[in-house]
Amino acid sequence: MSCALLLLLMSLALAMGTGAAVEIQRPRGVPLSKRQFYEENKPFTCLDGSSTIPFDRVNDDYCDCRDGSDEPGTAACPNGSFHCTNAGFRPTFIPSSRINDGICDCCDTTDEYNSGATCQNTCREMGRKERESLQIMAEITKEGFLLKQQLIHEAKRGQEDKQGKLTELQGSKKGLEEKVEALRTVKETAEDPEKEAKERHLKAWEEQKELIRMEKDKTRMAEAFLELDDDADGYVSVAELQSHLELDPDSDGSLSETETQGLLGGADKVDTSTFETVWSGIKDKYLSEVSQGQSEPPAPVETPQEEESRDFVSDHDSDHYPEDYAGEEDVEDDEEDDHEEEEEEEEKVPPTVQTPEKREDDEVSMPPYDTETQSLIDAAQKARDDFDEAERALREVDDQMKNLEKEIGFDFGPSAEFAYLYSQCYELSTSEYIYRLCPFNRVSQKPKFGGSETNLGLWGQWAGPEDNLYSVMKYDHGQGCWQGPNRSTTVKLTCGKETVVTSTSEPSRCEYLMEFTTPAVCQEPASLDEVLHGHTEL
Amino acid sequence: MGPLLVLWLAVFLSGTWAVDRGNFKTCDQSAFCKRQRALKPGQSPYRALLETLELTNTKLTLQLINDNNKVRLLLELYRLQGNMTRVKINELKPLKPRFEVPDVLINDPPTEPLSLLSQDENGVVLSLGADSQWLIVSAKPFRLDIMEGREVLLSLNSRGLLAFEHLRIRKDTISYKIKNKVYSAWENIKWVFSRLPKSSQVDPEGAEKKEETDAANEPAEGEVCVCVCTAKEDGMWEETFKSHTDNKPNGPSSISLDFSLPGVEHVYGIPEHADSLKLKTTDGGDPYRLFNLDVFQYELFNPMALYGAIPVMLSHSAQRTMGIFWLNAAETWVDISSNTAGKTVFGQMLDYVQGSSETPQTDVRWISESGIIDVFIMLGPTPTDVFSQYASLTGTQAFPPLSALAYHQCRWNYNDQEDVAAVDQGFDEHDIPYDFIWLDIEHTDGKRYFTWDPHKFPQPKDMLQGLVDKRRKMVTIVDPHIKVDSSYKIHNEIRSKGFYVKNKDGGDYEGWCWPGNSGYPDFTNPEMRAWWASMFAYDQYEGSMENMYTWNDMNEPSVFNGPEVTMHKDALHGNWENRDLHNLYGLYVQMATAEGLIERSGGVERPFVLTRAFFAGSQRYGAVWTGDNTAEWEHLKISIPMCLSLGLVGVSFCGADVGGFFKSPSTELLVRWYQTGAYQPFFRAHAHLDTPRREPWLFGPENTALIREAVRQRYALLPYWYQLFYHAHHSGQPVMRPLWVEYPQDTATFSMDDQFLLGEDLLVHPVTEEGGRGVTAYLPGKGEATALFCVLQVWFDVHTFQKHNGAQNLYIPVTISSIPVFQRGGSIIPRKARVRRSSSCMEHDPYTLFVALSPKRFAQGELYIDDGHTFNFDKQKQFIHRRLSFANKALSSRNLAPGSQFITPSWIEKIVILGASKPSKATLKTPDGKENLLEFEFDASMSVLTLRKPGVNAGVDWTVVLQ
Repeated sequence: MSCALLLLLMSLALAMGTGAAVEIQRPRGVPLSKRQFYEENKPFTCLDGSSTIPFDRVNDDYCDCRDGSDEPGTAACPNGSFHCTNAGFRPTFIPSSRINDGICDCCDTTDEYNSGATCQNTCREMGRKERESLQIMAEITKEGFLLKQQLIHEAKRGQEDKQGKLTELQGSKKGLEEKVEALRTVKETAEDPEKEAKERHLKAWEEQKELIRMEKDKTRMAEAFLELDDDADGYVSVAELQSHLELDPDSDGSLSETETQGLLGGADKVDTSTFETVWSGIKDKYLSEVSQGQSEPPAPVETPQEEESRDFVSDHDSDHYPEDYAGEEDVEDDEEDDHEEEEEEEEKVPPTVQTPEKREDDEVSMPPYDTETQSLIDAAQKARDDFDEAERALREVDDQMKNLEKEIGFDFGPSAEFAYLYSQCYELSTSEYIYRLCPFNRVSQKPKFGGSETNLGLWGQWAGPEDNLYSVMKYDHGQGCWQGPNRSTTVKLTCGKETVVTSTSEPSRCEYLMEFTTPAVCQEPASLDEVLHGHTEL
Repeated sequence: MGPLLVLWLAVFLSGTWAVDRGNFKTCDQSAFCKRQRALKPGQSPYRALLETLELTNTKLTLQLINDNNKVRLLLELYRLQGNMTRVKINELKPLKPRFEVPDVLINDPPTEPLSLLSQDENGVVLSLGADSQWLIVSAKPFRLDIMEGREVLLSLNSRGLLAFEHLRIRKDTISYKIKNKVYSAWENIKWVFSRLPKSSQVDPEGAEKKEETDAANEPAEGEVCVCVCTAKEDGMWEETFKSHTDNKPNGPSSISLDFSLPGVEHVYGIPEHADSLKLKTTDGGDPYRLFNLDVFQYELFNPMALYGAIPVMLSHSAQRTMGIFWLNAAETWVDISSNTAGKTVFGQMLDYVQGSSETPQTDVRWISESGIIDVFIMLGPTPTDVFSQYASLTGTQAFPPLSALAYHQCRWNYNDQEDVAAVDQGFDEHDIPYDFIWLDIEHTDGKRYFTWDPHKFPQPKDMLQGLVDKRRKMVTIVDPHIKVDSSYKIHNEIRSKGFYVKNKDGGDYEGWCWPGNSGYPDFTNPEMRAWWASMFAYDQYEGSMENMYTWNDMNEPSVFNGPEVTMHKDALHGNWENRDLHNLYGLYVQMATAEGLIERSGGVERPFVLTRAFFAGSQRYGAVWTGDNTAEWEHLKISIPMCLSLGLVGVSFCGADVGGFFKSPSTELLVRWYQTGAYQPFFRAHAHLDTPRREPWLFGPENTALIREAVRQRYALLPYWYQLFYHAHHSGQPVMRPLWVEYPQDTATFSMDDQFLLGEDLLVHPVTEEGGRGVTAYLPGKGEATALFCVLQVWFDVHTFQKHNGAQNLYIPVTISSIPVFQRGGSIIPRKARVRRSSSCMEHDPYTLFVALSPKRFAQGELYIDDGHTFNFDKQKQFIHRRLSFANKALSSRNLAPGSQFITPSWIEKIVILGASKPSKATLKTPDGKENLLEFEFDASMSVLTLRKPGVNAGVDWTVVLQ
């Protein structure tokens, strides 16, 4: 402290113009720390030891030392550096090439002693401003750090809560699993008698249906016989059957006599009793002449189907279009997407021609279950419902656990101080866009005046330098750029009391930069004295 | 940049990384080129009518007649001062005047009398004055031969390819209209193909003859159709390319002439092409095309047209250098053929051994769409003579402000004022010098030039003042397309003054460019140019300041929706069609802009204007760059021949975008490009909007250091660069030179374009190979220059001072930090060793002289100093120009310009003598009679003598004597 005080006094002396005595003690541009190497009237040895020169060649505007150390106060050496004392502010080194280049680099003006540049000594002002801003910063840091402690505390509690919740869930999961198993047994037990009863009922119904069907077949056979027996002679002849092309066994479009004879079991004509055997061979193909005459050829199936799908797609497009148009997506990609969707939609369109089959069964419907069976069914249904509900509850618990595990697994910083940012979003509005940062999730940009949101990147990782990993967040794999990379965003975190996005920019195409303040990065403040004086070596 | 523009770009620009050749015409797709190229040699219909010969003090005139159609031409021959011949051919009585290129020649070239030596019915012989040079005019067929003694230097129409399509009235007009209703165009074409014999499609004059005959008769429907369709087929009256139809109200008007160059195997020039320095023969391919075009992602090694056109070709052999300047601003194609081109080395050897060989010969043929034949034949005989001759016609390189020779930092785009400040700060933080930071189109308010984006650049003067405070400067872009927007002052004024180019129907021509719908000011109109210049006044161009200069891009002009991305040929500039003067537009834009910058300073300050399009004479207005190149190694390599070619035809201030415009360079390529660019005249890094940032410090400390070193080498050498530009301005000698220019008899150098000379004293062989471990540099100079003694030339590595003998192919191992550069023994080069953050900061710094001794212990150089930015060097002779010479163990500085005066505080800091021996003492003598002993160091291993701090003022006489 006493040393610091001494330095401060010297700087005051310099600033008041009485520093000439100090200046004499060392050549121009030499820092105090190296004063002992520049002893007047003694040969000077280059600081790298490469050579020794008379002292009058120090600062004589000619570079003799390879390391530039003989010209601390001139621009002669390409690799030299000049020390500005900058009393009242912070001392600094500048490259020798900035000595007398007409540009004021040192706030104490000492670098421009022979260039004609008119420089103002701004050190006191800069010092004052710096102290002020350091003070403000220190206060922010202090408060921020307090907030951070709170955040850490909360995070810890939150973490514990979550852990507790997880444990709790694990417990209830176990209970639920058992319950599910138990209900499964109940369900299966109830389903066995239900199944038997249902099958019984069904079998009885099938048998009855078969009877009805046979009855109907006979009727149809008789009708067919009458229909075929054109000359009503009580026989169906080859000639009479030949008009039924649909019966053509080799499907060559013509029903030859031999083929017809074959159908008639080798006979030229058959009577009603023989026709029974013939009928069983042809009934599946046989078309009644009455219905044949009336029926329209079935419409090609594709037409309605295509129309339907096209309508669907265009509807979908018109919904979709405005968004896409304003977006930046690659046009070609978009088209491809549309195609894929289109194909999917086509697959989903149900086939439309299955009605004829249904018609047969429509005629008679199954009678209701008897009360016994019905009660078995009801019981089984209840068991099923109970089981489903239990399973759903288990799934919910599983999801909750997964989310919790994910959240617990996130790297929220050494003390989980960033945990409070999770599932939050922060916005910044600029002249054109609204930027949105959802930490650990994504960054996006939405035009203020209409248009869709653009994904500027999804949470990637912490990306600060090794010694300060948690100072930068990286979001990548955002929306692709035309002929460029996918968008990505770098978020720089600085200490602040508030959690705010303070600026965004796009320094390189599709590479965004966001500044974000949060108490979570506030470091433990050094004491204010240290902050103010630590920088003011003199 | 907003998403809309991106979408828009996606629509407009091809998605692939290569030029879309389909956007640009081949000779076959350019009707006049196809017609002309179909002509076969050896059947010239032209005959000189000797009885019409008239000889006055200044010229000879003579009529030529085309025996096929009886159309007469008027030939004018001039002998010009400085060993040049001018040949002009126009129609004797054109229907209306044909375009003659204005504003390119700096004056009416002074003539010398021609004298008639002999005349008979076969021709006349004229004397061209000294050196027993003759000009022979042969009558039938017409041809011209220029001879020296018994040798033919050059012949015109020796292959009979003179063709002059005379202006004519469209005779089929009425029938054409009728026909158009009857047949569709396609049917016409089909019909013609089925009816016409091939030959009549080929010969334009022949076809035209048929047309006349047919038109003279009472035409039957079908026959009229023949002529109509012939005209369509030959594109004489109308031509369609892609969706664009070129209406040709004046009909066919093309011209063509051939030149034969006996003894010549090497021709150069006719930029701009992305091709080798030595021009290739064009047999079997397209001719070299000269037509200013905005070519998106141009390809290398082909004769396609690019942004600029300079119709000047140089021929060179060990005996003589000559030049042909074809003064025509219309679309032009140049065919080159050679009788040795196809021969193998063995074949050539055989010829040589058997002595039976024909002389090598190069034949050249120029074809232009309109205008007249106006050719300047520059007879050399040395390269220096040709440069002087061409400079006497079109002027010399503008002498740029010194800072423009320093490093330029550009990008599309520096986003806003904060970005500019941050980049500026970045250069200081990384201790890399730079002089200019550039703003591309995004800095404007909606691509309205002369304005600023109010959000991104709200306080341009604050920004510029920030740069003034660092002694740095800015360039903003001002393109010639003007947004059609009634709330835009510039547009309203141009429209109300009627200054826009007009379309064929007389309305303002409009096309699509960066701002959307745009008008194109008619820069060929001197009133328009004067008005444009006045817009650069500080009170007109709001936010501009003294340290802000200008960049003219897109001035071919680029019209996104025009034919071949440029203006329609039937657009009107006053009475003339764009067809007639297309290649001049860019020159005029830069001319008017440079004039504006001069005017705003009251005529005091030198302007700096960069242009993309150019023509012969553009060198007078500023710098040129090679346009939108690509970040690829081949593009780095091609930057050398592209700038060498420009240098040969007057444009010394040339450079390529360092790093490459399109795509993103690898770090190695970027470093190599900085190292190459540091030794090319215009040194600017530039990058496309869509590429990642590439400021020099973004690639790690090692690469930052490599780039810093390259840029620092540039700054240290600025005194030499400035001196070279002074010479380019003074005498037209190129700054960046092919080796053959200085070693014209060394055939090994004739095709070399991977290395080059700066002035005559520095030889640069940049490393342009990826992963390069070594380069082989050719160090010329066997028995050159001092031929009397036949002494070897020596070269000194400027980094190690190692001495090498010429002529040799020297293999140099290289690392990533190597930039192989050699100083010629016998030269003295001034440098400034104190590299600062901008060139202005170095203004008063002392000089270090690098004296490289020849084996005879002799060296010579110069030192040029002025204020670096005003015209006072010219108007008030305020400059220092000194001769530095080392002879007889004494180095002295003597005044080269006694009439001039200038005071500099700069002094001589150090003298480094390469190839020296150790003296016992060194004495500095100044005019006041004082003598001072100088301390020195001697490095015996490299024979380098360093004299410590002479301290004498750079502007006075002095001598250092070594004993």
